[in-house]
Amino acid sequence: MKIEVNGEFHDIDVTTLHELLHKLDYVDTIVATARNGTFVRATDRPLTRLEPDDRIEILVPRQGG
Amino acid sequence: MDKAFTLYGKTFQSRLMLGTAQYPSPDVLARSIRASKCEIVTVSLRREAGGSRAGEDFWQLIKQQNVAVLPNTAGCHSVKEAVNTAQMAREVFGTNWIKLEVISDDDTLQPDVFALVEAAGILARDGFEVFPYTTEDLSVAEKLLQAGCALLMPWGAPIGSGRGLNNPYGLRTMRARFPDVPMIIDAGLGAPSHAALAMELGYDGILLNTAVAKAGDPVLMAHGFALAIEAGRAGYLADPIEPRDMAVPSTPVFGRAFT
Repeated sequence: MKIEVNGEFHDIDVTTLHELLHKLDYVDTIVATARNGTFVRATDRPLTRLEPDDRIEILVPRQGG
Repeated sequence: MDKAFTLYGKTFQSRLMLGTAQYPSPDVLARSIRASKCEIVTVSLRREAGGSRAGEDFWQLIKQQNVAVLPNTAGCHSVKEAVNTAQMAREVFGTNWIKLEVISDDDTLQPDVFALVEAAGILARDGFEVFPYTTEDLSVAEKLLQAGCALLMPWGAPIGSGRGLNNPYGLRTMRARFPDVPMIIDAGLGAPSHAALAMELGYDGILLNTAVAKAGDPVLMAHGFALAIEAGRAGYLADPIEPRDMAVPSTPVFGRAFT
């Protein structure tokens, strides 16, 4: 399934957002997620089913002004 | 006796809030935070390049500084982007605080005040404590307060411009119009004297980033801003004299020789 993650397309075999994070090695990392522009809580990731062409954001703490 | 610097029920000694971006190194950032004596730093959420763990390293460094964090929505251009970014930040940083930025113009990074008011209302109703990056427009300020903001953060000048206070008259008017609302000058300062002037106008605090991070010596500049903010606050509280056009001798005229 083709999914856009942080602006880059991935052809990846996953069904949920939780699985996607595991595949991309974000298991022990503090991240925030959004699907198609809408925030997805950490607790909702296992229930969030992905569909082709979904746009996923995986964000981490960074410097800010 | 100075009143406490209180933001959404939390009281701070330092009236300086420092951004964490653009420093030459993490070590300089950490030393600048300490030199500034700030108790609040701003942070953001961003994408991370595959395999990199820079975000985790940065977050560990900030946690070691023993400061409060104020996440921002920098770069957001719509209500939806800002609201969702705020929700993501709340989960990651574990705070209801959000520095709300909704940008309308990429050249000036001027806030989109219409979207700002709308987003502020949505977030306040959702339990956020909103720090709105706004202009000195009084009607917008009024709307932000009505939307649930308990403080205001008008710009001094465009972000990163280092111009100081572009509109001292407007900022003086804003201070007078909302005497009991905590107000912080956010953005556009370049030198400690700019911060001192803002504090002399009666502003409660200063939020800055570029002026320290991009200085030749960020650590020393952080110290300079800390001193300037204290000096400006003391000057405001001490009730300065009114300027006048003609000189008035400070040395007593009575008893002068050769008269």
